[in-house]
Amino acid sequence: MTDIASAATVGATIDSRPIVRRRRKRITGRSLAVLAFLTICALFFCVPLYVVLTTSLKTMDEIRQGNIFALPQDWTLEAWRFAWFEACSGINCNGLRVGFWNSVLILVPSLLLSIALSVVTGYALALWEVRWAGTFLFLLFLCAFVPFQIIMYPLIAMTRSIGVYGTIWGVAVVHAVLAMPVLTLIFRNYYKDIPQEIMSAAVMDSGSFWRIFGEIILPMSGNILIVVLILQLTSIWNDYLIGVTFGGFNTQPMTVNLANMVTVSTGTASYNVDMAAALLTAIPPLLIYFFVGKFFVAGITAGAIKG
Amino acid sequence: MPRVSFERIHKTYGSVAVLRDLDLAVEHGDFLVLLGPSGCGKTTLLNMLAGLQEVTAGRILIGERDVTDLDPKDRGLAMVFQSYALYPTKTVRGNLRFGLSAARLPAQEADRRVAWAAKLLQIEPLLERKPAQLSGGQRQRVAIGRALVKHAEVLLFDEPLSNLDAKLRTEMRLEIKRLHDELSPTVVYVTHDQIEAMTMATKIAVMNGGVIQQFGTPDEIYERPANLFVAGFIGAPAMNLKTARLATRDGQVAGVFGNGQQIDLQDYPFARPPQGGAEVVVGLRPEYFGAPDAPARDAAAAWELPVAHTERTGSDATGYLRWGEGLLSLRVEPSQAARLKAGQTVRVTFPKGKANLFDAATGTRL
Repeated sequence: MTDIASAATVGATIDSRPIVRRRRKRITGRSLAVLAFLTICALFFCVPLYVVLTTSLKTMDEIRQGNIFALPQDWTLEAWRFAWFEACSGINCNGLRVGFWNSVLILVPSLLLSIALSVVTGYALALWEVRWAGTFLFLLFLCAFVPFQIIMYPLIAMTRSIGVYGTIWGVAVVHAVLAMPVLTLIFRNYYKDIPQEIMSAAVMDSGSFWRIFGEIILPMSGNILIVVLILQLTSIWNDYLIGVTFGGFNTQPMTVNLANMVTVSTGTASYNVDMAAALLTAIPPLLIYFFVGKFFVAGITAGAIKG
Repeated sequence: MPRVSFERIHKTYGSVAVLRDLDLAVEHGDFLVLLGPSGCGKTTLLNMLAGLQEVTAGRILIGERDVTDLDPKDRGLAMVFQSYALYPTKTVRGNLRFGLSAARLPAQEADRRVAWAAKLLQIEPLLERKPAQLSGGQRQRVAIGRALVKHAEVLLFDEPLSNLDAKLRTEMRLEIKRLHDELSPTVVYVTHDQIEAMTMATKIAVMNGGVIQQFGTPDEIYERPANLFVAGFIGAPAMNLKTARLATRDGQVAGVFGNGQQIDLQDYPFARPPQGGAEVVVGLRPEYFGAPDAPARDAAAAWELPVAHTERTGSDATGYLRWGEGLLSLRVEPSQAARLKAGQTVRVTFPKGKANLFDAATGTRL
């Protein structure tokens, strides 16, 4: 007994030694280089952000002094208020909030439409026997790589013929359609990892396409749904080209609204308002990243089956 | 509990034929084991019965019903899978209930059946857990429960024990046997494990290369293998298969082996009169040999052979004797195994009426 006990304590002291050593480790040249690189990277993103943030909190008088790195002398949210309520985009002077609500109205239906259609298509392609599934997948794969500019004009003609061109629905539908190939491939590849035997068991238990989808498959899709949600949310929110092409007067998304505000050709440029507007536009995707970002990483790395 | 029959089943993948002209029928309440090495078509046959794979040609009947083109859920079957295939997001209760609610069974009846199956399989404390929180044996019990609650006429098992460790496998084997005795459903059970087949089956179909090699009770399969494949496949240690030439003289029949040893085949029930000089394969089960060096009267064969080595497997031991270039295995008492020293010559006997004879050219039983 005592032998074993003393052996255990010896083992313990041996184990603790490397930990002490590690703590006393010097900073080597290699880790210095890594630190320097990371610092430069951080500055590369932080300095512009700092300038944007401080400028948006300054008055125009202060900005004209030209000290762009100085902190504001009079902290003011006036530029933010002005950008949100009064800034002009073209002849329309109701501020960014118009674009914000347009963006929300575009986002919700296109998110629902694209995810709902692609999740079901991906499920069918991965887990059911679909005739010509291989050909269909190949076509989807091709579609995912067709540049938007090539099909822009035909799309305008098509949306006009169904009467949604120049409306919020036009932008939403185009977003949904363009996202479908990639999203379907993502869902299909995710569902391909679900063991065939689970599907066989479900087919023998129920046999219903929708019931198996709703009760078995969808509950297993939490991770991938969050990944796709974030992907879609940011890409739709940050899109400019589709919004400017398919959005009509007063139905353009926030990005287009912002661009119109900033690129004035007459009068003075109000840098503080521009900066505040840019930040306002960037806030929604940022918030999403903060709140569900950790699920994003988990969703990309985790498969469908746990345990 | 109906009978299950396969009639002239063909299955091809592209140009590759997996099953050819297969006929098989089991009576109600039978425990049929489809036994064979990997790739012999046994799982394909089971999946076709389940409706998970399509039949290229032929008919499958359950009772009087032709189910060949029915959907899996309409065939009145339940299946237990090798990987358990539990629904990972549902609790044990949810797993058991899914098939019942999908079949639009009243909630009360579904609850009653779940409680019944949980009690039968002793998984009551696990009902609210998720599959990830269960051990392998518990998952297998849940998978069996999920099949039982459906009160299906026919239960299918697809190698259900191969993911379990040896001890659990023995336990679950007894458990499945007990369930069959209590509920007596018709069972079709696929495995490559001959011990599972021998212990549980009432009928075994030994398959190889998409063909049923032999169909019969475990005893028939073991004692009278229909061909060389079955003879070599069933039994561990495997049957000794040695080539010999038949010698007939004065109504006596004997087998003369390549190394000059002989065996008296007078008591063998030949289907046709034996031809002198015909090349045959003699099959000798290791366990029928008499104890080494023990006197035996009336033996069919008595040979003096040198010991090669011995193997001890717990309750049993196997001795290997040199037989020309090859080895002859025989079961010995563990207490005697220590006496068999390599190089030493021992005298072994084989009793009458226990040898198996096969045609060397066709491999079929004589």
